[in-house]
Amino acid sequence: MFDTIGFYFFAGLAVISAVLVVTRRNAVHSAIFLITALLATAGIFLQLHAEFLFIVQVILYVGGIMVLFVFVIMLVNLDVAIHQMQFNRMWLVALLLTIALGAQVYMVFHYAHAGMTEPLFHLQPARASDLEPNTELIGATLFSQYMLPFEIASILLLVAMIGAVVMAKRKV
Amino acid sequence: MLNSLYEFFKPHLLPLLFALVIVALLPLVAGYVVLLERKVMADMQARLGPMRVGPHGLLQPIADALKLLIKEDIIPENADKWIFWLAPLTSVAAAMLAMAAIPFGPFFQIADLNIGLLFILGIGSMGLFGIVLGGWASNSHYSLLGALRSAAQLVSYETAAGMAIVSGVLLGGTLSTRGLVEAQASGHVWFIFVAPVGFFIYLVASIAETNRAPFDLPEAESELVAGYMTEYSGFRWALYFLGEYANMIVVASIATTLFLGGWLRPFSSWHKADFLDYFPMLLMLLVAGYSLYRAPKQPVAVQKIFMVAVAGLCFLLAVVLGLPQFAPAGSAFVAMKPGVHGAFWFLLKVGVYLYLFLWLRFTFPRFRFDQLMKVGWHLLIPVSIVNVFGIGVALYLHRSPEQGGYGWGMISSVGVTTLFTLLIAAWLLKKHEQAPATPAAEKF
Amino acid sequence: MLSITHYLVLSLALFTIGVIGVVTRRNVIIILMSIELILNAVNINLVAFSRLFGDAAGQAFAIFIITDAAAEAAVGLGIIISFFRNRETVLADEMDLLKW
Repeated sequence: MFDTIGFYFFAGLAVISAVLVVTRRNAVHSAIFLITALLATAGIFLQLHAEFLFIVQVILYVGGIMVLFVFVIMLVNLDVAIHQMQFNRMWLVALLLTIALGAQVYMVFHYAHAGMTEPLFHLQPARASDLEPNTELIGATLFSQYMLPFEIASILLLVAMIGAVVMAKRKV
Repeated sequence: MLNSLYEFFKPHLLPLLFALVIVALLPLVAGYVVLLERKVMADMQARLGPMRVGPHGLLQPIADALKLLIKEDIIPENADKWIFWLAPLTSVAAAMLAMAAIPFGPFFQIADLNIGLLFILGIGSMGLFGIVLGGWASNSHYSLLGALRSAAQLVSYETAAGMAIVSGVLLGGTLSTRGLVEAQASGHVWFIFVAPVGFFIYLVASIAETNRAPFDLPEAESELVAGYMTEYSGFRWALYFLGEYANMIVVASIATTLFLGGWLRPFSSWHKADFLDYFPMLLMLLVAGYSLYRAPKQPVAVQKIFMVAVAGLCFLLAVVLGLPQFAPAGSAFVAMKPGVHGAFWFLLKVGVYLYLFLWLRFTFPRFRFDQLMKVGWHLLIPVSIVNVFGIGVALYLHRSPEQGGYGWGMISSVGVTTLFTLLIAAWLLKKHEQAPATPAAEKF
Repeated sequence: MLSITHYLVLSLALFTIGVIGVVTRRNVIIILMSIELILNAVNINLVAFSRLFGDAAGQAFAIFIITDAAAEAAVGLGIIISFFRNRETVLADEMDLLKW
């Protein structure tokens, strides 16, 4: 029962925060609502028994990326921005994209039988103990099966770090 | 129906009780840490500190809290009201939430998470938002600049602290806080003796993390007024202060759990040292005796009574700590011993770590901001990375040949890698000294 | 009681809101934030399926996505700061230097 309550609570929080992110006029308010949306996503991970991912999301996304966002918003804060128009005129395109995405996901549900004996939404989830102990399993997977992407990700971070430092310097 | 509801909540009642106790006691404890700081500061400056309010100033925190509560609540004119309200809350909430995974004793933990240590680190890093949003919401240039400086400092030292924690976790083999203390128990050695460089890096990084001197440029009184806290008055300022001291306690608890053996007695597995079990009781009796001795010398009758009450409380604690020693074996009192003694040793070690903080505050002058950032990025982070590498090599050397290692003893493997790390640190320091002095940083 | 459907619908909702944010807003920083929402929706999807099939690879891949998002946010915000220093604007339709 806790599972269901937890899911609905975090899901509701995530969706409401996401709506508020894209509709606020003030960028700092948007950032704060993005923080709550990210924390709600972390809650969903926790509810899915993915505890390592929960804490990685909190440390990296909320404690790292959002701090970066908040810094930049405060550096480029313009007082005139509050009175400018916030939305452009592409709302029709957005509506069409929404309909297209919804139709695609509906198709997935309706026609996803390929290779499986039951439709998608009847599948039973695997036992939670398959993913325990979570941290050790993810560590073992990352360092044995996915070692190459891991190294590439670290080189990517190095490149991004150097690039961001060079771009943000005043005099190169 | 009521019975089934009770059955459903029963496993959660004890953690809930602990959570209530922590939330209720934390402001009081933080207030008394402030008093302790003032007394220690006075002692190091050859004076007495607060002496008037209550005997020896023991009621000073209560007077301070009352004063802050009745002050006027000022919000700057163009400040963002909602964020102004939210920022101190975030700071305090992050610090209090991080207390959920701290093992105060073998049976006094709210939640023994699998990822306990990472949880404390992650939630502690959310206190950053309290600072940044507070500085921004004050709608003042100096507050914003102070907040950005403080946030930059926190972020820089978080990496070094994380790497130091990683070196401890490598030794413990688990992220769970309870598992780490049990690893130190089964290994018969506290991790500070196996990873001393890691402990030192964590000490320095945690001082910078909590904005304490000598890294307290963002909130020192002679710089930028009070940084991000400038526009906060009354209770909101008290919340920031509470958050800062709660953060200090959290950081001290992490260091105690990871490096200082958590709730373990010194020499916990050496039975010849069992006389150390009498130490908690003797300490409390000493404090009670001293309070009783000072009671007649108080000027006012109320203070005399308060001193006797303090003595009575310490005596009660001494009785609680001493009962398991003298009670017949097998009774309920002896079963209490690991819990009660464990909590005592944990709090003593946290107290020692906090005393280190206070001692360093009143001994060293402040770092200038660019010096601070240089130490963080150019010295601490490389040394902490080399330290992680060194601990990994030490573990590899220490493992028995069946497991693929070399089977060296603990002392030689740890000694070699610590020596290597210290050499690298010395080389970095030398390079640091030889670098020409840079002009003060442009933007920050 | 909770099936994979719930998580997929949640993921779709977040994805859609992110897409609407990217397409409709003028402020480039909020566009970047909506991209983060999209990445999070994908993460929820991955972790839900990882739980469904009991495979840790989904969560490992989610970690890669988080790492990627960090790198992209850093570089993107660096670009925004550079552009802001030159042009004093963060609105997407005013960034039209390359238009003829």
